[in-house]
Amino acid sequence: MSARVTGATALRVLRQIRHDPRTIALLLVVPAVLLLLLYWVFEGQPQTFQQIGAPLCGLFPFIIMFLVTSIAMLRERTTGTLERLMTLPLGKADILAGYGIAFGILAALQATVVVTLGFAVLDLHAAHGAWLVGLLAIGNALLGMALGLFVSAFAQTEFQAVQFMPALIFPQLILCGLFVARDQMAGFLEAVSWLLPLTYAFEALAKATSPKALDTAFAADVLVVVGTTVAALGLGALTLRRRTD
Amino acid sequence: MTAAISIRNLVVDRGGREILHGLSFAIESGSVTGLLGPSGCGKSTLMRAVVGVQKVAGGTVEVLGAEAGSKSLRSRVGYVTQAPSVYADLTVEENLHYFAAIVGATLEKVATTASAVGLGEMGDRVVGSLSGGQRSRVSLASALLGEPDVLVLDEPTVGLDPVLRAELWEIFHGLAGDGTTLLVSSHVMDEAGECDELLLMRDGALVTQMTPDRLRAETGESDLGKAFLAMIEREEGR
Repeated sequence: MSARVTGATALRVLRQIRHDPRTIALLLVVPAVLLLLLYWVFEGQPQTFQQIGAPLCGLFPFIIMFLVTSIAMLRERTTGTLERLMTLPLGKADILAGYGIAFGILAALQATVVVTLGFAVLDLHAAHGAWLVGLLAIGNALLGMALGLFVSAFAQTEFQAVQFMPALIFPQLILCGLFVARDQMAGFLEAVSWLLPLTYAFEALAKATSPKALDTAFAADVLVVVGTTVAALGLGALTLRRRTD
Repeated sequence: MTAAISIRNLVVDRGGREILHGLSFAIESGSVTGLLGPSGCGKSTLMRAVVGVQKVAGGTVEVLGAEAGSKSLRSRVGYVTQAPSVYADLTVEENLHYFAAIVGATLEKVATTASAVGLGEMGDRVVGSLSGGQRSRVSLASALLGEPDVLVLDEPTVGLDPVLRAELWEIFHGLAGDGTTLLVSSHVMDEAGECDELLLMRDGALVTQMTPDRLRAETGESDLGKAFLAMIEREEGR
């Protein structure tokens, strides 16, 4: 792994996105519009908006970066650029870190827009600071990126890759406690929810936006998210093969 | 002369089918070797094995004295796939700058390489908007940046006009003159005359390896296409 090659890879990924201004606009605007929509949907119930909207600000980047990375990586695999990279003096870690830096920056921009709207304009409260929600959002984006990179190995076409979102992300959103508290779900679902990484991402966000003091449980949530990200990157690295059939 | 590429009993299976059936040959360094044969005969698979991206079922592939695909070869072997493997959503220059950063080439090298393959004026064009021939030249330029000792080119001249094709062959001869070993595949025989040596393949096996002149002399055909046919008939008649 070399700083020069990692940096060049991050720059390359960012340049690819820069050539697609519509994607950038959608990336920045869509989460904000969805949050606004929720604001009006829960017009008479500010408490519900706080309960769902506040953590959601930090989950958008997870969802979007999962999708964007799985498609971007699938393209690298199908257009032969990944195979070329694998014949060059470049480490797998350079690719993973390059993607991480590029999408981390993108996630930071996205989080800034949606967090600013939510906490500065729409009256959401982050008891421990909106910056913490933003920081968690970037961490969640990297988790989404790592998972997207890994699952891209199991898709042959972009049609298949987009299906991974409803297949792998929606169930986690439903079960993470965002819509219904997990202890009110059917018992086996609560058990399943303990196994899903998004549960911990949500828990950390819920704690960061609630007035209770942050304790070790918060730290544990963050640790699980970071650990899962590292594990998914490790699995992703295994799918970057130098030799194929 | 030492062998730059040395292959013994190479067997490759793909999807449960044997694609290469025990090939053996060696290529001298500083030469241009043409890999010729009909489409589907296993040329690309053989080239992938030389570069080290192909899983092999048996035999050995040595490049510059090391096992194909080993780490030490990554900065010494250049590979250009048949379908241009560059980023279609980046400009020509952005592509070249990225690959230059990986192999440690200077910006000056980027400029000279781009003009050498006739892309000097197209630096800020997005690759996706270029013609097929132009795209494959971006792909070729990306591989030349690292000044590899061995260059493996899969059908590099497909879809190019005759003038450009002649220019590229001039580049290839220039590189060989500087000591680079080139393995160039083609399914058209009219490029065979440009090579120092020919590898004729058919159905995953090597039909023969010889110079163009010797192929003409042995078969009594002045046209290399007809000479190839005569050689196949002779081999099958055995």
